[in-house]
Amino acid sequence: MIKVMRVFKKQEILIILLSFLLVFSQVWLELKMPDFMSKITVLVQTEGSEMSEILKNGLYMLICALLSLVSAVIVGYLISKLSATFSLRTRKRLFEKTLSFSMNEVKDFKASSLITRTTNDVTQIEMFLGMGLQLLMRAPLTAIWAITKILDKSWQWSMATAIAVVVLLAVVGILVMIVVPRFKKVQKLTDDLNEVTRENLTGIRVVRAFNAEKYQENKFDNVNNNLTKTQLFNQKAFAIMSPIMYLVMYFLALIIYLIGASLIQNAGMNDKLIIFGDMIVFSSYAMQIIISFLLLAMIFMILPRASVSANRINEVLNTETTIKDGKGNKKEKEEGTVEFKNVSFKYPDAEEYLLKDINFKANKGETIAFIGSTGSGKSTLINLIPRFYDVTDGEVMVDGINVKDYKLNSLHNKIGYVPQKAVMFNGTVSTNITYGDTDKVEITEQKIKEAIEVAQAKDFVEKMDNTYDAHIAQGGTNVSGGQKQRLSIARAIARNPEIYIFDDSFSALDYKTDSLLRSELKKYTKDATSIIVAQRIGTIMHADKIIVLDEGKCVGMGTHKELLKNCEVYKQIALSQLTKEELENA
Amino acid sequence: MPRPGGPRGNMEKAKNFKFAITRLIKELNKFRVLIIISLLLAALGSVLSIFAPNRLSELTDEISKGLVPKYDKLGEITEKIQSNNFQEFTIDDELITKDDQLIFINSLQKINDKNDSKALYSEFDSFPESIKNVIKPSMDISAIKNIAIFLAVLYILSALFTYIESVAMTTVSNKFAFKLRDKISKKINKLPLKYFDHNQNGDILSRVTNDVDTIAQTMNTSLATLVSSITLFVGAIVMMFYTNWIMAITAIVSSFIGFIFMFIILGKSQKYFVMRQKELGNLNGHIEEVYSGLNVVKVYNGSREVNEVFDLYNQKLYEANRKSQFLSGLMPPMMGFIGNFGYVAVCIVGALLTMNGTISFGVIVAFMTYVRLFTQPLSQIGQAMNALQSTAAAAERVFEFIDEEEMSDEKEITKKLDKNKVEGRIEFRNVTFKYDGNNKPTITNFNAIAKPGQKIAIVGPTGAGKTTMVNLLMKFYDITDGDILIDGVSIKELTRENVHSLFTMVLQDTWLFNGTVKDNIIYNMEDSSDEKMKDICKIVGLDHFIKTLPNSYNSNLSNSDGVSAGQKQLLTIARGMMEDAPFIILDEATSNVDTRTEELVQKAMDRLTHDRTSFIIAHRLSTIKNADLILVMQDGNIVEQGTHNDLINKKGFYAELYNSQFEL
Repeated sequence: MIKVMRVFKKQEILIILLSFLLVFSQVWLELKMPDFMSKITVLVQTEGSEMSEILKNGLYMLICALLSLVSAVIVGYLISKLSATFSLRTRKRLFEKTLSFSMNEVKDFKASSLITRTTNDVTQIEMFLGMGLQLLMRAPLTAIWAITKILDKSWQWSMATAIAVVVLLAVVGILVMIVVPRFKKVQKLTDDLNEVTRENLTGIRVVRAFNAEKYQENKFDNVNNNLTKTQLFNQKAFAIMSPIMYLVMYFLALIIYLIGASLIQNAGMNDKLIIFGDMIVFSSYAMQIIISFLLLAMIFMILPRASVSANRINEVLNTETTIKDGKGNKKEKEEGTVEFKNVSFKYPDAEEYLLKDINFKANKGETIAFIGSTGSGKSTLINLIPRFYDVTDGEVMVDGINVKDYKLNSLHNKIGYVPQKAVMFNGTVSTNITYGDTDKVEITEQKIKEAIEVAQAKDFVEKMDNTYDAHIAQGGTNVSGGQKQRLSIARAIARNPEIYIFDDSFSALDYKTDSLLRSELKKYTKDATSIIVAQRIGTIMHADKIIVLDEGKCVGMGTHKELLKNCEVYKQIALSQLTKEELENA
Repeated sequence: MPRPGGPRGNMEKAKNFKFAITRLIKELNKFRVLIIISLLLAALGSVLSIFAPNRLSELTDEISKGLVPKYDKLGEITEKIQSNNFQEFTIDDELITKDDQLIFINSLQKINDKNDSKALYSEFDSFPESIKNVIKPSMDISAIKNIAIFLAVLYILSALFTYIESVAMTTVSNKFAFKLRDKISKKINKLPLKYFDHNQNGDILSRVTNDVDTIAQTMNTSLATLVSSITLFVGAIVMMFYTNWIMAITAIVSSFIGFIFMFIILGKSQKYFVMRQKELGNLNGHIEEVYSGLNVVKVYNGSREVNEVFDLYNQKLYEANRKSQFLSGLMPPMMGFIGNFGYVAVCIVGALLTMNGTISFGVIVAFMTYVRLFTQPLSQIGQAMNALQSTAAAAERVFEFIDEEEMSDEKEITKKLDKNKVEGRIEFRNVTFKYDGNNKPTITNFNAIAKPGQKIAIVGPTGAGKTTMVNLLMKFYDITDGDILIDGVSIKELTRENVHSLFTMVLQDTWLFNGTVKDNIIYNMEDSSDEKMKDICKIVGLDHFIKTLPNSYNSNLSNSDGVSAGQKQLLTIARGMMEDAPFIILDEATSNVDTRTEELVQKAMDRLTHDRTSFIIAHRLSTIKNADLILVMQDGNIVEQGTHNDLINKKGFYAELYNSQFEL
């Protein structure tokens, strides 16, 4: 919890100190007010009091009240600024941290969890700060102050107050012990509820096709029941809190009076009045003490929730990305080349290698294609080039330099990567094409149009409202799968990269568009190197070099014709798509 | 297909507060007994708290009786001594001897001023015992005891009431939340699919969790607080007017300014709370976009751009956060000040009135309590109203969803096709279909016949309407014009459930849920045997993969990143094959599976389904080459149909499409 607070700078610490001082004066003023109040009461009750006296004391009291209001307002302002600043900075830190993560860390945390941590968890702590910080300053101050005011009074009263505080703390303690573990459970169950509902929503067609509505509803019912039961238990337990707290408070007052009565009864005539006065003062301060302790207890009750969030945030902040920027001090020896030297890869905690001993070199202007069965490691292999993951053994070289030696920025500037699943951002067609930074060229309007034309996207883009400035919804939900893929290819083209990486990026295109696009691209970028992953033989058969992968190993390398002759796996794949004649005629 | 993605509307503030609340009350009718009990208890608790201060001041009075010596007895004794001339006499059963009288008079003479009570107190101890006993201050112990017991009972009762009340309210609100969630969950399956084209899943999810939670939480506190505060408030006003109307008006007027302030603040802060939710939504959207497309963000060096947008939203959220928190935080100190202000005002006006002789001191003392009782619930009412507003806002969203138009009623449908007796003939007759909100129909005048046992392929460029055909066939959408006949029966005359039971459908989007492999394959066909499942997995080539998983068929799928896209598709295919339906639809079901595996799967399927009519949609034309009939679609029409060889020989659109894979 403390750790997440380190975002505060000197200025904020000063603000905290200032608010503490203000709270201090506020408490002083508030404890001062009862004095005036009792003076006014006495004046009003005494016959023949001067009106001016009442006015004077009333004025004092109002001044106290006003000053306390003013300081409360200022403190409120400062604290709200403080907690908002906290969340502003923490969100930013989390966001930047996540941006620095490699796919490994993202996979470990899960993107959805990173999202909740960046928003929800931060909000939890912010709320705690907003409410808790003031209480945290105020409650102990009031308690201590009130205690000092009554310390020298009769020990019987102090005893009674102490017992009341202990009872109170015991009740709160027991409640915390019972309820807090269930808080976590509630959080978990809410997640489950979300998941079951999301499941039904995302699979709505499947659910209906299988007539599985009842099945899903039962599943939901289960979670719903669990959640409701746990919630009900928690809240019922909490419901006891408020009556007990009032009961303790009122009983304490009553007991103080009763003790007072017997003290007065047994005291000498001279002491009686003093004891009576003490009694009144004591009981009002005792209330203050009890309330302060209650507030403190409440803080400790909401603290666990905030600290669960704080832990989740720290987990992210403390995770060091496994992929660090290289020094960037080596000069490129070649241009447009990609080379794998004995590359092997496995996930950090996995046992089996996903890739084993991969060797190849792509020269400038060449097209290298990868083909292989589902799960053979094609995507994993090309993910090593932009360093989404780092190799376990061996070396990946781009332009003759190990990718680990590049600054990530300059490595990425060389690459035009088109993922398997097209990613679209909220914005326009143009902003999606010009996405990101590049040191090579400024992406002009002309360039955007060219890229879109080469990517065979011109037709549909020009049919859209506002054409190149047409709105693209988040995730590209307002364009079809094939259209998304073409736009995401155009995005790569617009950057003029040395090396293109296509990770099964043509799968949503029909054969015609696919081949048109590739031939246009070839014309447009004669010098660029292309690395292509594909399922369709047609997409790759004209590549300069085809590498056949099977269970993470290279089982064949060569041209289409060569592989047909000497690679059994390739032949099988080819024959599953085309007839013998077609293959020979192609 | 219409894919609306407009900005999410802001619904935090109820559009129609009154309607939402009326509706809420109607929905709560089932719980009325519990609610009435708890509201009564809340009101009763408030009444008790109007009582308690009075009794407490009585207790103070009784105790203060023990402070002052009995001046009347003192006077009586002095008088008796003078009149009896130092004769022994008894007073209050106490014998006062002659000696005692002498000592007493001696002491008394030392006091110069008879009214100086301090001097009297200091001489008090030198009085003879007998006289001391008579005039010493004494409390009415039994009266004190009685009041104390009365108060203790009052406190315990009030605590008990509060407890019962909050338990009752908690029960109501949680059960109500349960009910609402349940309704939403059931509603999801009753809505037409077109609803989901226009609404984001995230929004519906938010209704199930956030909105229902808000209702439960705010209702729990706000209703009871509102009732008890209003009781207290009204009670205090009644008591005040009953006691003295001038003072009552003073108290009310002095708090009135506070009232106005409160509502201004409430209104303002509500605005910022709404803003805050909105900005949080924007930020969340941006973060979601970036995190889920992180590979692209990285490789395109998009972090500067992404950070700029993030900062913009983050800053806006910061402003909204700060303002909403500041304004809502103003309430308690504000109300405290108003309480103090009212207190002073009452004292001053009271004092003035006393000087005129209009009222007695007791009235002022009473009013000091009333002012507290009057202003204290004010802030609570304010907060409860605030809470109630968000209840209304959330309730509105929930009800809006629950009231959404459902799929057409099917009670009148009596026809039913038995899935075991279906022959397998499907006829599309002049089918035309237009999505709501689209101008152009997606499908126009589609005619085709699928004979029993045939394998029908639908091919064509994206946007040609292939998936729409599947949606119509499955009765997910209602046909705009024309008809689809299964074995000569119009699907309009069959229930959706019946139609669904006739089809096995596997889609491109693999849908797997958190659960074991077995759960995912068997799904709701719980009476299927494990043997059947294992057989099918062997056939589709999953057996080996599943055996490598830590708990084979009982392995959980949620945390297995090792499952590739192709394996996921195979799992959904296995699920589909579990269902023995006479018709099969494969909509790009094998697009992520490599072609060799696909071939195996297809062979297996053909064996399993040799007498079943199947529909296959695929971009990869090798997938459908052996179909009995290929329907080539373009812009919602069938432009060509025939077998692969027919179409290739025809050298039309299909041939062009097919041959383009050999071009560079």
